Amino acid sequence: MSARFVFVVGALAVCLLAAAAPAAAQAPAAPADDDCLACHGDSTAVRANGTSVAVVSAVLANSVHGTQTCVSCHAGLAKTTEWPHPEKVAAVACSACHGQEGRNYEDSVHGRAALKSGLAVAPRCSTCHGTHNIQPPADTESSVHRARIAGTCTKCHEGIAPLYAKSVHAQPLGPAGSAAAVCSDCHTAHRIQRGDTDAWRLSVIDECGTCHLSRISSYRDNFHGQKTTLGSTRTATCSSCHDHHVILRASDPASTVAPQNLVATCRSCHPQANAAFVKYDPHADKHDQARSAPVYWTYRSMQVLLLGVFAFFGAHTLLWFPRSYRARRAAGAAKGDTPS
Amino acid sequence: MTSGVRHISRFKPYQRAMHLILFTSFLGLAATGLPLMFSDRPWAGTLARGLGGIQVAGVLHRMFAFMLLALFAAHVAELIWRLTRRREHGLLWGPSSMVPQPRDAAQMWQHVLWFVGKAERPRFDRFTYWEKFDYWAVVWGMVIIGGSGLLLWFPEFFATFFPGWIYNVALILHGEEALLATGFIFTIHFFNSHFRPEKFPMDMVMFTGRVREDELRHERPAEYARMAADGSLERLARPAAPAWQVLAGRVVGGAAVAVGLVLLVLILVGTY
Repeated sequence: MSARFVFVVGALAVCLLAAAAPAAAQAPAAPADDDCLACHGDSTAVRANGTSVAVVSAVLANSVHGTQTCVSCHAGLAKTTEWPHPEKVAAVACSACHGQEGRNYEDSVHGRAALKSGLAVAPRCSTCHGTHNIQPPADTESSVHRARIAGTCTKCHEGIAPLYAKSVHAQPLGPAGSAAAVCSDCHTAHRIQRGDTDAWRLSVIDECGTCHLSRISSYRDNFHGQKTTLGSTRTATCSSCHDHHVILRASDPASTVAPQNLVATCRSCHPQANAAFVKYDPHADKHDQARSAPVYWTYRSMQVLLLGVFAFFGAHTLLWFPRSYRARRAAGAAKGDTPS
Repeated sequence: MTSGVRHISRFKPYQRAMHLILFTSFLGLAATGLPLMFSDRPWAGTLARGLGGIQVAGVLHRMFAFMLLALFAAHVAELIWRLTRRREHGLLWGPSSMVPQPRDAAQMWQHVLWFVGKAERPRFDRFTYWEKFDYWAVVWGMVIIGGSGLLLWFPEFFATFFPGWIYNVALILHGEEALLATGFIFTIHFFNSHFRPEKFPMDMVMFTGRVREDELRHERPAEYARMAADGSLERLARPAAPAWQVLAGRVVGGAAVAVGLVLLVLILVGTY
């Protein structure tokens, strides 16, 4: 109440001054960082409710935004003439500079929750990236560095932490000893979608494929993958068989694709699946004799058959065409007409 | 093509109806199956969406498959009936049989020599060697594509008899044999039966059932002589087909050929 009242009174005062003294009506100069730090540099500065508003200038100076001024981000304060400014100030618009990231975020489950549904706990930029201490992802201190992303995400998604920790993706197989796959490798950084939507189920397949190159090509070359490529959502994707978050090597007895668990896994879609049924290979490769000998030899045999048939009848047709052409000309010449 | 010219009846209505069902189901199967085979090509998604989505295409594929399997079963039943009840043992051997015989090999060789001007045109009988090849290609295709298709249609049922890797083999067989069948029909069969200059643009005999007498005499002199000798020529003599039948044949047959050629282009674009 008081802040709005102060603001309205202040605004009226500015208007009156502007009307009374046209020479003084030019826009006020934006506050310099030192002006801000006059209050915020005091480590004991607090809001009305007692929470701190102190800013340690060295933290900002060491961040990736160290060369920015306060009002570069807090742009709403650049034209403020009333000091101290009201407690409630405009939110920082990161997308003014980071436009693509902003647009991606707006369309993500996080962005929609925050901007459309008005969910107070929905993450904003600062929830993941921090505020004055923002570091580039390559910095080991950054909250979005590969080694720290899982920790950052599981601050909210805490139930996923123990599941992911078991996963082969949490093993140190990634760059510089980092985890093989971190949250953003599969979920993307800013375009994060709900895990239960069809669009996400289909698109995440290609995220798996960015690392599992031979597996994505063999998946796409078999029935499940052919169908999902064309948009079928009633077909197995990677996680249908391999699970998500708790993704384990097939050699791990707890894995959904361990030999002893295959019947149960396949039965989630094929209720009558039996031990013979699971000898199907969803990743059979017709070019890989070692992995898929029956498929390899079937494919080779069919290639020979196709080549043989088309070579024989192709030659047959090419020889026939000119002869048939002359026969038609001859018949036409003999009758003054062509056979119908 | 004057209506006064005598024609000879070559195919009965039920035989032409079977060919109509055959190519309708064949084109339907090709159009609904090829998107899956070429799923990584841009046109596959477009075609699948045009068919109402891949899920709908799958339902249509099974409906056309049922149509074709029923046709095949009807043909087998017809053959059994004609062999046992009508005692048409000529189906198994002889001038009117579809069974390949030594003269077919000889005529094929002579035909090729004729192509290059080194022999007379063979005196073909009721079915030429390339027509027999077409026929047996359908039988072979029915067994290979139909068999593998049924495996893939009911995988859980067939897993009580076969190991699961049979579906990996079935998928390859189904697709590659379908490529062979569609590629063959849309090029070789279209040329042999319709596009070759003597027939261009379309041989109407499978739509009207009738062939001009002079054309029959020229194309199949052995059959013509036989028919003249046993009196069937007179019995099967007909006037020219009514205009509506020719028109219907041209529209339906032309549409089928057009669909086939579009699918052929998609296959070629998808393969290369």
